[in-house]
Amino acid sequence: MIPSVTVNWAAVEPILPELLLVGIGVLLIGLDLFAPRQRQVLPWLTVVGCLAALAMIVGSHSSTAFGGMFLADGFAVFFKSLCLAGVILTTLMSEHFRRIITMQQGEYYSLLVFSAVGMLMMASAGDLMVLYLGLELMALPVYALVGLHKKEKRTGEAAIKYFLMGGFASALLLFGMSLLYGLTGTTDIARIGELINTLHLTDNPALLAALALLLAGFCFKVAVAPFHLWTPDVYEGAPTVVTAFMSVGPKAAGFAIFGRVLFFGLPQLHDHWGPVLAVLALLTMAVGNITALCQHSLKRMLAYSAIAHAGYGLLGLLAGTAEGMAATMSYLGIYLFMNMGAFAILMLLATPDQPHESLEDCKGLAARSPLAAALMLIFLFSLTGIPPTAGFVGKFYLLKAALSAGYPLTVIGAVLFSAISAYFYLRVVRLMYMTEPQESQALTFSPGMVAVLGICLLGVIGLGVFPGSLLDWATGALSVM
Amino acid sequence: MSIPLLSTLIFFPVLGGLSLLAVPRQQTGTIRLMALLISLIELVLCLPVALLFDKTTYLMQFQEHHSWIKALNINYALGIDGISILFLLLTGLIIVLSILVSWESITTKVQEFFVALLLLEGMMMGVFCATDFFLFYIFWEAMLIPMFLIIGVWGGPNRIYATVKFFLYTLVGSLLMLVGIILLYLKGGQTFDILKLAGQAYPFKLQLLLFWAFFAAFAVKVPMWPVHTWLPDAHTEAPAAGSVILAGVLIKMGAYGFLRFSLPILPDATRQMLLPLLILSVIAIVYGAIICLAQTDLKRLVAYSSVSHMGFVTLGMFALNQHGLEGGILQMINHGVVTGALFLAIGMIYERTHTREIAAYGGLATTMPVFAGFFLLFTLAAVGLPGTNGFIGEFLILLGSFERLPWAAAVAATGLILGAWYMLWLYQRIFFNGVKETMQGLTELNLREILTLAPMVLLIFWIGLYPNASLSFLHVSVSHLVDQVHGLGLAGPVIPVQP
Repeated sequence: MIPSVTVNWAAVEPILPELLLVGIGVLLIGLDLFAPRQRQVLPWLTVVGCLAALAMIVGSHSSTAFGGMFLADGFAVFFKSLCLAGVILTTLMSEHFRRIITMQQGEYYSLLVFSAVGMLMMASAGDLMVLYLGLELMALPVYALVGLHKKEKRTGEAAIKYFLMGGFASALLLFGMSLLYGLTGTTDIARIGELINTLHLTDNPALLAALALLLAGFCFKVAVAPFHLWTPDVYEGAPTVVTAFMSVGPKAAGFAIFGRVLFFGLPQLHDHWGPVLAVLALLTMAVGNITALCQHSLKRMLAYSAIAHAGYGLLGLLAGTAEGMAATMSYLGIYLFMNMGAFAILMLLATPDQPHESLEDCKGLAARSPLAAALMLIFLFSLTGIPPTAGFVGKFYLLKAALSAGYPLTVIGAVLFSAISAYFYLRVVRLMYMTEPQESQALTFSPGMVAVLGICLLGVIGLGVFPGSLLDWATGALSVM
Repeated sequence: MSIPLLSTLIFFPVLGGLSLLAVPRQQTGTIRLMALLISLIELVLCLPVALLFDKTTYLMQFQEHHSWIKALNINYALGIDGISILFLLLTGLIIVLSILVSWESITTKVQEFFVALLLLEGMMMGVFCATDFFLFYIFWEAMLIPMFLIIGVWGGPNRIYATVKFFLYTLVGSLLMLVGIILLYLKGGQTFDILKLAGQAYPFKLQLLLFWAFFAAFAVKVPMWPVHTWLPDAHTEAPAAGSVILAGVLIKMGAYGFLRFSLPILPDATRQMLLPLLILSVIAIVYGAIICLAQTDLKRLVAYSSVSHMGFVTLGMFALNQHGLEGGILQMINHGVVTGALFLAIGMIYERTHTREIAAYGGLATTMPVFAGFFLLFTLAAVGLPGTNGFIGEFLILLGSFERLPWAAAVAATGLILGAWYMLWLYQRIFFNGVKETMQGLTELNLREILTLAPMVLLIFWIGLYPNASLSFLHVSVSHLVDQVHGLGLAGPVIPVQP
């Protein structure tokens, strides 16, 4: 006799968006297999599925599932929205990008969706096991996505490199987690925090070792120096659309677990991780911005710029205050728009026979396509942090948070490095506006691309002129806790 | 509630500039005409501000106040007082003239040029109207984008070097100021309202720190010696309109920043740092003037003369008394008018000869007598001949600085002699001597060009002969500023308020 299993739907409710996306992912594979002629619906199905999940997440109320292992709180909602927005923008761009590179569509979109599920789980992780599960579920599809363009040698190299490095980072992370478990006997993040206090573990060497290992693992994931070495090669080797996705989605998810463990879980250890992150942030900004100065490839330059921005993002986190966390969260939201926008223009430049990824290819873009050049101009000035774009507001929040938490030297370093960054961002502007074009071919805008550029422009200018709402959302997401 | 005049001044050119984008790119004539019309309407919009302005109070007028970022107590707050109003008028005028001088000289990417120019105008108006430090910073930095493009896209052969140098110099300074602004916010009661920030007594060490942070931004913009080196490059390579805006308005913002922020908010640090600041000013005056004597490039010479003249401005400002401050502010307006006019004139002649080498010129008084007449007037005003505006400003500055530090005034006065030397010598080399072959057959100024220069001539004599028209805007606000910087008259000689 088979025992009757009763499913308690109320308990499952918090993970319904994830379940929906899993269903969409399976459906995508199925459609690809059994209805190969209808493949053009795949991207739209992905977008609709993600929008539905997004609506469910935004509409949900704060709750937990599986005994606190899975938290669907305001913090999670914020990061989930960011990740899903990243996936949606990526999908819209993919629709354009597949005209340039032939990719297996079914696999591509389903991998993207599965990766999204991983990111959502990371944002909701209340337990180290869920955190690790989400991390791997996010990372594995991305390893495959990086190598999806099989004919290109670079992508193979990038995929292997990313896989090995990612595996290594995961191992470090696991080691750190096992130490934490050994010390406290639990994997529940909130419980670990409490036990550290009650057992007076704050200066325990094993705990500090665990913290160091966790930090190293997280830094790998968000590409913070000196754990950034995989980033330039992988970002350059991966298909551009995947690079755009990686620089936004997984990075946001990485910051989510960063915040979950350090800010929520181990605030009492802030004296230990705060200064370390301050040094790492400075190092990251230095490496990212200075190395970007001497790049010839626009794509690689954007890779280094992504590293530098991870450094800026740390500024809020390292403050260890709610204000700082909210600043980092706002910055990630703003970064989503400006970075996706810049990558979208990079993709517009590409043609089927030539990737057109070098700086030279920007020459005279203003003459070839005034619109694309003007948009790129706005995105680049936003990345530099010049008002009235959102990039400035984001940086302002970060600097203010770090300064009020007492890190004046880090802040001064950050502004100096962002002045350095102006040089290489401006170089692109210079090439676009102040040199003659090498080609006369006009750019073609697909509907998906138009949508992406429109959304990014709206985000960059809208959040620049009316910046209050995003910060209020981030602050509100934290205060619910 | 009446019409928000200041917001209109800021956003009318911005929206006007964006509306130019709707015109098809090829219709350059329409674009030019529309741009001119927009800038003229903007200038007319300045008039009610000037006419309704109450000269008897130092309080902010035409105030607008809306909450912007509630969580951080950041407001969209505008207001003007006697110190800022003249700059608004100057900006309005300078942009009209810049558009006129670009009429024929800008031939590529015409649409983008005028859009950038009008956006720049809006941002500049914003800088002078903002009474919230955050808002001020937004306008201050946003200005960089159109200016970067104006120099870099439509400039001379070495334009890219010049524009990147300009951008990076100002950006580094501004970012350091940003850190200072945040620090001030944290220590000054979580507000960016400059009126509230000004009323507080900060610890001296903090004041000193903030003073240097602000100094980084403002000194670069002025530019004060030794961070002036971007100016000659930017001036030389910028198109005529760019040079006029740089000289006319942009570099005034540095000095305006000192007046609006450093002096009232950080009075103790300012008083403490007086001597080094005065010395830097004197060095700028003499050094700039001597360098002028060695220039072979027309625009570069005028650019270095700007360094010298701005030295006078900062000398007057940091005398920290009524005469010096009023002289400094008036001299900024004067310099905007005179140097703006010189760059306009140089732009016109460059269009004809396509050379900036002084040695290539000669005998222009014969071929272009009307032009020579205009240029002579501007030269004399730059030299500070009594009867022109330059005299009033320099006289007040020397008076004020003599009261503060006699020897500094004495050394600065040699700058006047050097100024007469290099300007008259320049005039001689260009307009007298024999007519060079290449200079034969130059066409005389046309009506548009005469109309461009005429307002400047009027201003030179108007301020020169009836200075009270402009000074009357200043008296009350400046005497309040003097009180503020001296801790309500506790130290230093306070000159009684003139009626």
